[in-house]
Amino acid sequence: MISKDLIIIGGGPSGLCAAKTALESGLSVLIIERNPNVGGQLVKQTHKFFGSKDQYAKTRGFDIAKKLISDLEGFPNLEILTEATVVGLYRDRVVTVLHKDKYVRYQAKSIIVATGASEKFLAFENNDLPGIYGAGAIQTLMNNFGVLPGNDVVMIGSGNIGLIVSYQLIQAGVNVKAILEAAPKIGGYKVHASKVTRLGVPILTSTTVKKAIGDTELKAIEIVSLDEKWQEIPDTSRKMEIDALCISVGLSPMHQLLSMIGAKTKYVSELGGFVPVIDKNYQTTTQSVFVCGDAVGIEEASSAMMEGYLTGIYVSKHLNTAHRKADDLIKYYKEQLDMLRNGPFGIKTKTGLNKLKEGIHDA
Amino acid sequence: MLNSNGVPTLNQVLSRFPDEKALIRPKAILECYEDIPCNPCETSCPFNAIIIGENINTQPKLDVLACTGCGICVTSCPGLAIIIAQLVGDKAVFKIPYELLPLPKKGEIWLGVNRNGDVICDAKIESILANKKQDHTALITVSVPALWIHEFVTIREKDE
Repeated sequence: MISKDLIIIGGGPSGLCAAKTALESGLSVLIIERNPNVGGQLVKQTHKFFGSKDQYAKTRGFDIAKKLISDLEGFPNLEILTEATVVGLYRDRVVTVLHKDKYVRYQAKSIIVATGASEKFLAFENNDLPGIYGAGAIQTLMNNFGVLPGNDVVMIGSGNIGLIVSYQLIQAGVNVKAILEAAPKIGGYKVHASKVTRLGVPILTSTTVKKAIGDTELKAIEIVSLDEKWQEIPDTSRKMEIDALCISVGLSPMHQLLSMIGAKTKYVSELGGFVPVIDKNYQTTTQSVFVCGDAVGIEEASSAMMEGYLTGIYVSKHLNTAHRKADDLIKYYKEQLDMLRNGPFGIKTKTGLNKLKEGIHDA
Repeated sequence: MLNSNGVPTLNQVLSRFPDEKALIRPKAILECYEDIPCNPCETSCPFNAIIIGENINTQPKLDVLACTGCGICVTSCPGLAIIIAQLVGDKAVFKIPYELLPLPKKGEIWLGVNRNGDVICDAKIESILANKKQDHTALITVSVPALWIHEFVTIREKDE
Protein backbone atom coordinates (compact mmCIF):
# COMPACT_ATOMS: atom_id res chain seq x y z
CA MET A 1 0.00 0.00 0.00
CA ILE A 2 1.30 3.44 -0.97
CA SER A 3 1.52 5.99 1.87
CA LYS A 4 1.17 9.77 1.70
CA ASP A 5 0.96 12.57 4.20
CA LEU A 6 -2.20 13.88 2.58
CA ILE A 7 -4.69 12.56 0.06
CA ILE A 8 -7.02 15.10 -1.52
CA ILE A 9 -10.11 13.60 -3.09
CA GLY A 10 -11.13 15.90 -5.92
CA GLY A 11 -8.98 18.17 -8.08
CA GLY A 12 -11.38 21.11 -8.38
CA PRO A 13 -10.69 24.64 -7.17
CA SER A 14 -10.77 23.85 -3.45
CA GLY A 15 -8.72 20.65 -3.81
CA LEU A 16 -6.04 22.37 -5.92
CA CYS A 17 -5.78 25.27 -3.48
CA ALA A 18 -5.58 22.91 -0.51
CA ALA A 19 -2.77 21.05 -2.32
CA LYS A 20 -0.82 24.28 -2.74
CA THR A 21 -0.69 25.27 0.92
CA ALA A 22 -0.13 21.64 2.00
CA LEU A 23 2.78 21.27 -0.43
CA GLU A 24 4.26 24.58 0.74
CA SER A 25 4.18 23.09 4.23
CA GLY A 26 6.33 20.19 3.03
CA LEU A 27 3.65 17.50 3.00
CA SER A 28 3.56 14.78 0.39
CA VAL A 29 0.26 15.10 -1.45
CA LEU A 30 -1.78 12.87 -3.72
CA ILE A 31 -4.69 14.40 -5.61
CA ILE A 32 -7.22 11.87 -6.85
CA GLU A 33 -9.39 13.13 -9.69
CA ARG A 34 -12.19 11.31 -11.48
CA ASN A 35 -11.89 13.27 -14.74
CA PRO A 36 -9.05 13.12 -17.28
CA ASN A 37 -7.86 16.52 -16.07
CA VAL A 38 -7.87 18.52 -12.85
CA GLY A 39 -9.50 21.94 -12.55
CA GLY A 40 -13.02 20.78 -11.75
CA GLN A 41 -15.87 22.97 -12.94
CA LEU A 42 -13.47 25.86 -13.57
CA VAL A 43 -12.32 24.36 -16.87
CA LYS A 44 -15.74 24.95 -18.44
CA GLN A 45 -16.30 28.44 -17.07
CA THR A 46 -15.76 30.88 -19.91
CA HIS A 47 -16.94 33.98 -18.05
CA LYS A 48 -14.84 36.43 -16.09
CA PHE A 49 -15.00 35.84 -12.36
CA PHE A 50 -16.25 38.17 -9.65
CA GLY A 51 -14.46 38.84 -6.37
CA SER A 52 -11.26 40.76 -5.83
CA LYS A 53 -7.81 40.15 -7.27
CA ASP A 54 -7.13 37.65 -4.45
CA GLN A 55 -9.79 35.42 -6.03
CA TYR A 56 -8.49 36.08 -9.55
CA ALA A 57 -11.38 38.43 -10.33
CA LYS A 58 -11.92 39.40 -13.99
CA THR A 59 -10.02 36.27 -15.02
CA ARG A 60 -12.00 33.69 -16.99
CA GLY A 61 -12.67 30.43 -15.13
CA PHE A 62 -10.60 28.19 -17.39
CA ASP A 63 -7.66 30.56 -17.01
CA ILE A 64 -8.04 30.40 -13.22
CA ALA A 65 -7.83 26.60 -13.52
CA LYS A 66 -4.57 26.96 -15.48
CA LYS A 67 -3.22 29.31 -12.82
CA LEU A 68 -4.11 26.97 -9.94
CA ILE A 69 -2.54 24.02 -11.77
CA SER A 70 0.64 25.92 -12.61
CA ASP A 71 0.93 26.95 -8.94
CA LEU A 72 1.53 23.26 -8.18
CA GLU A 73 4.36 22.83 -10.67
CA GLY A 74 7.79 22.11 -9.25
CA PHE A 75 6.67 20.36 -6.07
CA PRO A 76 8.40 16.96 -6.12
CA ASN A 77 6.08 15.71 -3.37
CA LEU A 78 2.98 16.02 -5.51
CA GLU A 79 1.31 13.18 -7.34
CA ILE A 80 -1.86 13.66 -9.38
CA LEU A 81 -3.92 10.64 -10.32
CA THR A 82 -6.53 11.39 -12.99
CA GLU A 83 -9.27 9.14 -14.36
CA ALA A 84 -9.33 7.73 -10.87
CA THR A 85 -12.49 7.24 -8.86
CA VAL A 86 -12.42 6.80 -5.11
CA VAL A 87 -14.63 3.81 -4.38
CA GLY A 88 -13.87 3.33 -0.70
CA LEU A 89 -12.88 5.45 2.27
CA TYR A 90 -12.08 3.87 5.63
CA ARG A 91 -11.63 5.15 9.15
CA ASP A 92 -7.92 4.28 9.16
CA ARG A 93 -7.59 6.69 6.22
CA VAL A 94 -7.26 4.00 3.62
CA VAL A 95 -8.56 5.10 0.25
CA THR A 96 -9.39 2.57 -2.44
CA VAL A 97 -9.33 3.80 -5.98
CA LEU A 98 -10.43 2.51 -9.34
CA HIS A 99 -7.82 3.84 -11.73
CA LYS A 100 -8.07 2.88 -15.40
CA ASP A 101 -9.63 -0.51 -14.55
CA LYS A 102 -7.12 -1.18 -11.78
CA TYR A 103 -7.95 -1.27 -8.12
CA VAL A 104 -5.35 0.61 -6.05
CA ARG A 105 -5.04 1.26 -2.31
CA TYR A 106 -3.50 4.25 -0.61
CA GLN A 107 -3.16 5.33 2.97
CA ALA A 108 -2.58 8.83 4.30
CA LYS A 109 -2.02 10.59 7.59
CA SER A 110 -4.75 13.02 6.65
CA ILE A 111 -7.47 13.20 4.04
CA ILE A 112 -9.24 16.17 2.51
CA VAL A 113 -12.57 15.43 0.89
CA ALA A 114 -12.97 18.07 -1.82
CA THR A 115 -15.58 16.28 -3.90
CA GLY A 116 -17.62 19.35 -4.77
CA ALA A 117 -21.28 19.05 -5.58
CA SER A 118 -23.75 17.31 -7.83
CA GLU A 119 -26.65 18.87 -9.66
CA LYS A 120 -30.17 18.69 -8.34
CA PHE A 121 -32.78 17.50 -10.78
CA LEU A 122 -36.41 18.32 -11.22
CA ALA A 123 -39.37 15.93 -11.16
CA PHE A 124 -41.80 16.42 -14.06
CA GLU A 125 -43.52 14.18 -16.57
CA ASN A 126 -41.19 12.73 -19.22
CA ASN A 127 -38.10 14.26 -17.64
CA ASP A 128 -35.96 11.43 -19.02
CA LEU A 129 -36.45 12.31 -22.70
CA PRO A 130 -33.25 12.74 -24.70
CA GLY A 131 -32.66 16.47 -25.05
CA ILE A 132 -33.08 17.21 -21.34
CA TYR A 133 -29.76 18.09 -19.74
CA GLY A 134 -28.28 19.38 -16.54
CA ALA A 135 -26.46 22.71 -16.88
CA GLY A 136 -23.14 21.02 -16.13
CA ALA A 137 -23.61 18.58 -19.00
CA ILE A 138 -24.39 21.40 -21.39
CA GLN A 139 -21.25 23.23 -20.33
CA THR A 140 -19.17 20.09 -20.77
CA LEU A 141 -20.60 19.43 -24.22
CA MET A 142 -20.27 23.00 -25.41
CA ASN A 143 -17.21 24.37 -23.69
CA ASN A 144 -15.06 21.24 -23.42
CA PHE A 145 -16.02 19.43 -26.60
CA GLY A 146 -17.54 22.07 -28.87
CA VAL A 147 -20.84 20.21 -29.24
CA LEU A 148 -24.11 22.13 -29.31
CA PRO A 149 -26.89 20.62 -27.19
CA GLY A 150 -29.67 21.80 -29.53
CA ASN A 151 -30.98 24.71 -31.54
CA ASP A 152 -33.81 25.99 -29.37
CA VAL A 153 -33.30 25.79 -25.64
CA VAL A 154 -35.22 26.69 -22.50
CA MET A 155 -33.34 27.10 -19.22
CA ILE A 156 -34.96 26.10 -15.95
CA GLY A 157 -33.53 28.08 -13.06
CA SER A 158 -32.29 31.66 -12.80
CA GLY A 159 -29.47 31.17 -10.33
CA ASN A 160 -26.01 32.25 -11.42
CA ILE A 161 -25.38 28.96 -13.20
CA GLY A 162 -28.65 29.14 -15.14
CA LEU A 163 -27.98 32.74 -16.16
CA ILE A 164 -24.33 32.16 -17.07
CA VAL A 165 -25.00 28.99 -19.07
CA SER A 166 -27.81 30.81 -20.92
CA TYR A 167 -25.32 33.50 -21.88
CA GLN A 168 -22.83 30.85 -23.00
CA LEU A 169 -25.52 29.16 -25.10
CA ILE A 170 -26.21 32.50 -26.83
CA GLN A 171 -22.48 32.94 -27.43
CA ALA A 172 -22.43 29.49 -29.02
CA GLY A 173 -25.20 30.57 -31.39
CA VAL A 174 -28.07 28.70 -29.71
CA ASN A 175 -31.51 30.30 -29.51
CA VAL A 176 -32.38 30.56 -25.81
CA LYS A 177 -36.16 30.93 -25.89
CA ALA A 178 -36.65 31.70 -22.20
CA ILE A 179 -35.33 31.26 -18.69
CA LEU A 180 -37.96 29.91 -16.31
CA GLU A 181 -37.81 30.57 -12.58
CA ALA A 182 -40.32 29.02 -10.18
CA ALA A 183 -39.65 31.66 -7.51
CA PRO A 184 -41.08 35.19 -7.90
CA LYS A 185 -37.54 36.62 -8.03
CA ILE A 186 -34.41 35.97 -10.08
CA GLY A 187 -32.00 33.88 -8.03
CA GLY A 188 -28.61 34.95 -9.37
CA TYR A 189 -26.73 38.21 -9.71
CA LYS A 190 -28.82 40.81 -11.56
CA VAL A 191 -25.86 41.80 -13.72
CA HIS A 192 -25.93 38.27 -15.17
CA ALA A 193 -29.70 38.56 -15.65
CA SER A 194 -29.40 41.92 -17.42
CA LYS A 195 -26.75 40.44 -19.74
CA VAL A 196 -29.21 37.90 -21.16
CA THR A 197 -32.27 40.16 -21.01
CA ARG A 198 -30.66 42.76 -23.24
CA LEU A 199 -29.86 39.98 -25.71
CA GLY A 200 -33.58 39.37 -25.96
CA VAL A 201 -34.05 36.37 -23.65
CA PRO A 202 -37.15 36.69 -21.46
CA ILE A 203 -36.84 35.62 -17.82
CA LEU A 204 -40.20 34.27 -16.70
CA THR A 205 -40.48 34.24 -12.90
CA SER A 206 -43.19 32.27 -11.05
CA THR A 207 -43.10 29.84 -13.96
CA THR A 208 -41.97 26.25 -14.25
CA VAL A 209 -42.00 23.23 -16.56
CA LYS A 210 -44.90 20.83 -16.13
CA LYS A 211 -44.06 18.18 -18.66
CA ALA A 212 -41.82 17.35 -21.55
CA ILE A 213 -43.40 16.37 -24.84
CA GLY A 214 -41.93 13.98 -27.42
CA ASP A 215 -41.82 10.26 -28.22
CA THR A 216 -38.16 9.47 -28.70
CA GLU A 217 -36.69 12.92 -28.16
CA LEU A 218 -37.70 16.28 -26.77
CA LYS A 219 -40.02 18.24 -29.09
CA ALA A 220 -41.69 20.69 -26.74
CA ILE A 221 -42.45 21.47 -23.12
CA GLU A 222 -45.57 22.53 -21.33
CA ILE A 223 -45.00 25.37 -18.89
CA VAL A 224 -47.27 26.77 -16.18
CA SER A 225 -47.43 29.81 -13.93
CA LEU A 226 -47.16 29.35 -10.16
CA ASP A 227 -48.77 31.28 -7.33
CA GLU A 228 -46.88 32.49 -4.25
CA LYS A 229 -47.38 29.06 -2.63
CA TRP A 230 -45.71 27.40 -5.63
CA GLN A 231 -49.06 25.94 -6.75
CA GLU A 232 -50.00 25.78 -10.39
CA ILE A 233 -52.38 28.53 -11.48
CA PRO A 234 -55.19 26.93 -13.54
CA ASP A 235 -55.44 27.74 -17.25
CA THR A 236 -51.92 29.13 -17.50
CA SER A 237 -50.47 26.16 -19.33
CA ARG A 238 -48.75 26.91 -22.62
CA LYS A 239 -46.47 25.02 -24.95
CA MET A 240 -42.97 25.93 -26.09
CA GLU A 241 -41.35 24.09 -28.98
CA ILE A 242 -37.74 23.31 -28.18
CA ASP A 243 -35.23 20.57 -28.83
CA ALA A 244 -33.21 20.96 -25.64
CA LEU A 245 -34.09 21.74 -22.05
CA CYS A 246 -31.47 22.71 -19.51
CA ILE A 247 -32.09 22.10 -15.81
CA SER A 248 -30.23 24.34 -13.39
CA VAL A 249 -32.07 24.19 -10.10
CA GLY A 250 -29.23 24.06 -7.62
CA LEU A 251 -26.47 21.84 -6.31
CA SER A 252 -26.10 19.30 -3.50
CA PRO A 253 -22.83 18.85 -1.60
CA MET A 254 -21.18 15.48 -2.32
CA HIS A 255 -20.87 14.18 1.23
CA GLN A 256 -21.41 10.50 0.44
CA LEU A 257 -17.81 9.33 0.86
CA LEU A 258 -17.84 10.77 4.36
CA SER A 259 -20.87 8.67 5.20
CA MET A 260 -18.72 5.58 4.53
CA ILE A 261 -16.58 6.43 7.57
CA GLY A 262 -19.47 7.50 9.74
CA ALA A 263 -18.55 11.18 9.77
CA LYS A 264 -21.52 13.07 11.15
CA THR A 265 -23.58 15.01 8.62
CA LYS A 266 -26.36 17.50 9.11
CA TYR A 267 -29.13 18.71 6.82
CA VAL A 268 -28.69 22.45 6.27
CA SER A 269 -30.90 23.67 3.43
CA GLU A 270 -28.96 26.96 3.14
CA LEU A 271 -25.82 24.99 2.31
CA GLY A 272 -27.54 22.78 -0.26
CA GLY A 273 -28.55 19.68 1.73
CA PHE A 274 -26.60 17.21 3.84
CA VAL A 275 -23.19 18.57 4.77
CA PRO A 276 -20.51 17.12 7.01
CA VAL A 277 -20.31 18.59 10.49
CA ILE A 278 -16.90 20.25 10.86
CA ASP A 279 -14.91 21.99 13.58
CA LYS A 280 -13.35 25.43 13.09
CA ASN A 281 -10.41 23.80 11.29
CA TYR A 282 -12.59 22.10 8.66
CA GLN A 283 -12.03 18.72 10.33
CA THR A 284 -14.98 16.32 10.20
CA THR A 285 -16.10 14.32 13.22
CA THR A 286 -13.67 11.64 12.00
CA GLN A 287 -10.16 12.44 13.22
CA SER A 288 -7.74 13.60 10.48
CA VAL A 289 -10.40 13.74 7.78
CA PHE A 290 -11.07 17.24 6.53
CA VAL A 291 -13.46 18.72 3.99
CA CYS A 292 -13.57 21.96 1.98
CA GLY A 293 -15.26 23.65 -0.95
CA ASP A 294 -18.77 22.89 -2.18
CA ALA A 295 -18.69 19.51 -0.38
CA VAL A 296 -19.24 21.44 2.86
CA GLY A 297 -21.74 23.96 1.48
CA ILE A 298 -22.65 25.36 -1.92
CA GLU A 299 -20.96 28.67 -2.68
CA GLU A 300 -19.08 30.37 -5.47
CA ALA A 301 -15.72 29.00 -6.66
CA SER A 302 -14.04 32.08 -5.13
CA SER A 303 -15.03 30.89 -1.65
CA ALA A 304 -14.09 27.29 -2.48
CA MET A 305 -10.57 28.43 -3.34
CA MET A 306 -10.18 30.40 -0.12
CA GLU A 307 -11.46 27.41 1.90
CA GLY A 308 -9.02 25.16 0.06
CA TYR A 309 -6.00 27.29 0.93
CA LEU A 310 -7.18 27.41 4.55
CA THR A 311 -7.79 23.67 4.83
CA GLY A 312 -4.34 22.83 3.43
CA ILE A 313 -2.85 24.96 6.19
CA TYR A 314 -5.06 23.43 8.89
CA VAL A 315 -3.96 19.95 7.79
CA SER A 316 -0.31 21.00 7.95
CA LYS A 317 -0.85 22.22 11.52
CA HIS A 318 -2.72 19.05 12.39
CA LEU A 319 0.25 16.98 11.19
CA ASN A 320 2.70 19.16 13.15
CA THR A 321 4.43 20.45 10.03
CA ALA A 322 2.75 23.82 10.04
CA HIS A 323 3.10 26.11 7.06
CA ARG A 324 5.81 28.65 7.94
CA LYS A 325 3.36 31.50 7.49
CA ALA A 326 0.42 29.52 8.91
CA ASP A 327 -0.96 32.10 11.32
CA ASP A 328 -0.71 35.04 8.91
CA LEU A 329 -2.26 33.07 6.08
CA ILE A 330 -5.08 31.70 8.22
CA LYS A 331 -5.95 35.23 9.29
CA TYR A 332 -5.75 36.43 5.69
CA TYR A 333 -7.89 33.72 4.09
CA LYS A 334 -10.46 33.95 6.87
CA GLU A 335 -10.75 37.68 6.18
CA GLN A 336 -11.16 36.95 2.47
CA LEU A 337 -13.96 34.48 3.18
CA ASP A 338 -15.68 36.91 5.53
CA MET A 339 -15.48 39.57 2.86
CA LEU A 340 -16.90 37.33 0.13
CA ARG A 341 -19.82 36.48 2.43
CA ASN A 342 -20.36 40.02 3.62
CA GLY A 343 -23.05 41.05 1.11
CA PRO A 344 -26.72 40.08 0.74
CA PHE A 345 -25.78 36.94 -1.23
CA GLY A 346 -23.62 35.79 1.70
CA ILE A 347 -26.46 35.89 4.24
CA LYS A 348 -27.72 32.45 3.21
CA THR A 349 -24.26 30.91 3.56
CA LYS A 350 -23.63 32.58 6.91
CA THR A 351 -27.02 31.39 8.22
CA GLY A 352 -26.19 27.87 7.04
CA LEU A 353 -22.75 27.90 8.61
CA ASN A 354 -24.23 28.99 11.93
CA LYS A 355 -26.67 26.07 11.79
CA LEU A 356 -23.78 23.76 11.00
CA LYS A 357 -21.86 25.07 14.03
CA GLU A 358 -24.80 24.10 16.22
CA GLY A 359 -24.30 20.61 14.81
CA ILE A 360 -20.89 20.43 16.45
CA HIS A 361 -22.50 20.76 19.87
CA ASP A 362 -25.02 18.02 19.03
CA ALA A 363 -22.18 15.69 18.06
CA MET B 1 -38.18 45.26 -12.58
CA LEU B 2 -34.61 44.17 -12.03
CA ASN B 3 -35.60 41.43 -9.58
CA SER B 4 -38.21 39.83 -11.78
CA ASN B 5 -36.88 40.23 -15.32
CA GLY B 6 -33.39 41.69 -15.13
CA VAL B 7 -34.43 45.09 -16.49
CA PRO B 8 -33.60 48.10 -14.31
CA THR B 9 -36.23 50.84 -14.01
CA LEU B 10 -35.64 54.14 -15.77
CA ASN B 11 -35.06 55.75 -12.36
CA GLN B 12 -32.36 53.22 -11.57
CA VAL B 13 -30.70 53.90 -14.91
CA LEU B 14 -30.95 57.68 -14.47
CA SER B 15 -29.38 57.41 -11.02
CA ARG B 16 -26.20 56.20 -12.73
CA PHE B 17 -26.03 59.03 -15.30
CA PRO B 18 -24.25 62.30 -14.59
CA ASP B 19 -26.06 65.46 -15.76
CA GLU B 20 -26.03 66.29 -19.45
CA LYS B 21 -23.30 68.93 -19.12
CA ALA B 22 -20.87 66.33 -17.82
CA LEU B 23 -21.72 64.09 -20.76
CA ILE B 24 -19.98 66.49 -23.15
CA ARG B 25 -17.05 64.30 -22.16
CA PRO B 26 -17.31 60.50 -22.10
CA LYS B 27 -18.27 59.12 -18.69
CA ALA B 28 -18.69 55.63 -17.26
CA ILE B 29 -22.23 54.50 -16.45
CA LEU B 30 -21.93 51.94 -13.66
CA GLU B 31 -24.99 49.72 -13.86
CA CYS B 32 -24.29 47.62 -10.82
CA TYR B 33 -27.47 47.77 -8.74
CA GLU B 34 -26.71 45.06 -6.25
CA ASP B 35 -24.22 44.52 -3.43
CA ILE B 36 -22.18 41.67 -4.84
CA PRO B 37 -18.60 40.80 -3.83
CA CYS B 38 -16.69 42.28 -6.76
CA ASN B 39 -14.27 45.12 -7.41
CA PRO B 40 -12.34 44.85 -10.70
CA CYS B 41 -13.89 48.14 -11.90
CA GLU B 42 -12.25 49.94 -9.00
CA THR B 43 -8.88 48.23 -9.29
CA SER B 44 -8.73 48.55 -13.08
CA CYS B 45 -9.39 52.31 -13.21
CA PRO B 46 -6.10 54.15 -13.88
CA PHE B 47 -7.63 57.42 -12.63
CA ASN B 48 -9.10 56.21 -9.30
CA ALA B 49 -12.47 57.40 -10.57
CA ILE B 50 -14.41 54.35 -9.36
CA ILE B 51 -14.81 53.94 -5.64
CA ILE B 52 -15.93 50.76 -3.90
CA GLY B 53 -13.78 50.73 -0.80
CA GLU B 54 -12.79 48.11 1.75
CA ASN B 55 -16.04 46.13 1.65
CA ILE B 56 -16.15 44.85 -1.91
CA ASN B 57 -19.88 44.09 -1.53
CA THR B 58 -20.51 47.80 -2.04
CA GLN B 59 -21.91 49.22 -5.28
CA PRO B 60 -19.37 51.31 -7.19
CA LYS B 61 -19.57 55.11 -7.19
CA LEU B 62 -18.19 57.26 -9.97
CA ASP B 63 -16.04 60.32 -9.42
CA VAL B 64 -17.46 62.05 -12.49
CA LEU B 65 -14.69 64.65 -12.70
CA ALA B 66 -11.91 62.07 -12.47
CA CYS B 67 -13.47 59.73 -15.05
CA THR B 68 -11.94 60.18 -18.51
CA GLY B 69 -14.26 57.71 -20.23
CA CYS B 70 -11.29 55.59 -21.32
CA GLY B 71 -13.32 52.37 -21.19
CA ILE B 72 -10.86 50.18 -19.30
CA CYS B 73 -13.51 49.43 -16.68
CA VAL B 74 -15.97 48.41 -19.41
CA THR B 75 -13.99 45.34 -20.40
CA SER B 76 -12.84 44.68 -16.82
CA CYS B 77 -16.34 44.34 -15.35
CA PRO B 78 -17.16 40.61 -15.09
CA GLY B 79 -20.86 41.49 -15.14
CA LEU B 80 -20.62 43.54 -18.38
CA ALA B 81 -22.45 46.19 -16.41
CA ILE B 82 -20.52 49.27 -17.50
CA ILE B 83 -20.88 51.38 -20.63
CA ILE B 84 -19.32 54.74 -21.50
CA ALA B 85 -21.74 57.42 -22.66
CA GLN B 86 -21.11 60.79 -24.30
CA LEU B 87 -23.24 63.41 -26.06
CA VAL B 88 -21.67 64.70 -29.27
CA GLY B 89 -24.04 67.13 -31.03
CA ASP B 90 -27.14 65.18 -32.01
CA LYS B 91 -25.44 61.85 -31.38
CA ALA B 92 -25.02 59.74 -28.31
CA VAL B 93 -21.71 57.94 -28.50
CA PHE B 94 -21.19 54.80 -26.43
CA LYS B 95 -18.42 52.40 -25.68
CA ILE B 96 -19.92 49.02 -24.92
CA PRO B 97 -18.59 45.56 -24.04
CA TYR B 98 -19.29 42.88 -26.64
CA GLU B 99 -18.58 39.15 -26.42
CA LEU B 100 -20.44 37.67 -29.39
CA LEU B 101 -19.21 36.67 -32.82
CA PRO B 102 -19.02 37.93 -35.46
CA LEU B 103 -17.66 41.25 -34.24
CA PRO B 104 -19.05 44.25 -36.10
CA LYS B 105 -16.85 46.13 -38.55
CA LYS B 106 -16.15 49.84 -38.54
CA GLY B 107 -18.72 51.81 -40.51
CA GLU B 108 -21.42 49.13 -40.43
CA ILE B 109 -24.94 49.94 -39.34
CA TRP B 110 -26.23 47.56 -36.67
CA LEU B 111 -29.36 47.68 -34.56
CA GLY B 112 -29.45 49.61 -31.29
CA VAL B 113 -31.05 47.66 -28.45
CA ASN B 114 -32.46 48.76 -25.08
CA ARG B 115 -32.23 47.08 -21.66
CA ASN B 116 -35.36 45.10 -22.38
CA GLY B 117 -33.74 43.52 -25.44
CA ASP B 118 -35.95 45.49 -27.87
CA VAL B 119 -34.58 47.14 -31.01
CA ILE B 120 -34.94 50.93 -30.72
CA CYS B 121 -32.80 52.49 -33.45
CA ASP B 122 -29.95 52.08 -35.90
CA ALA B 123 -26.46 52.10 -34.46
CA LYS B 124 -23.36 53.13 -36.38
CA ILE B 125 -20.19 51.23 -35.54
CA GLU B 126 -17.45 53.83 -35.05
CA SER B 127 -14.57 51.60 -33.95
CA ILE B 128 -13.67 48.23 -32.47
CA LEU B 129 -10.97 47.63 -29.90
CA ALA B 130 -10.05 44.05 -29.09
CA ASN B 131 -6.63 43.71 -27.50
CA LYS B 132 -5.10 41.02 -25.34
CA LYS B 133 -5.61 42.94 -22.11
CA GLN B 134 -9.36 42.95 -22.67
CA ASP B 135 -9.29 39.14 -22.71
CA HIS B 136 -11.89 38.53 -25.42
CA THR B 137 -14.27 41.29 -24.37
CA ALA B 138 -14.30 43.70 -27.31
CA LEU B 139 -14.87 47.41 -26.74
CA ILE B 140 -17.17 48.72 -29.45
CA THR B 141 -17.64 52.45 -30.01
CA VAL B 142 -21.07 53.08 -31.49
CA SER B 143 -23.21 56.14 -32.16
CA VAL B 144 -27.00 56.46 -32.02
CA PRO B 145 -29.39 59.44 -32.10
CA ALA B 146 -28.95 61.50 -28.91
CA LEU B 147 -32.52 60.93 -27.77
CA TRP B 148 -31.62 57.31 -26.93
CA ILE B 149 -28.91 58.32 -24.46
CA HIS B 150 -30.73 56.72 -21.50
CA GLU B 151 -32.18 53.75 -23.40
CA PHE B 152 -29.46 52.34 -25.64
CA VAL B 153 -27.38 49.57 -24.08
CA THR B 154 -26.13 47.18 -26.76
CA ILE B 155 -26.07 46.32 -30.46
CA ARG B 156 -27.49 43.48 -32.53
CA GLU B 157 -26.61 42.41 -36.04
CA LYS B 158 -29.20 43.20 -38.71
CA ASP B 159 -30.85 40.16 -40.29
CA GLU B 160 -29.86 39.86 -43.91
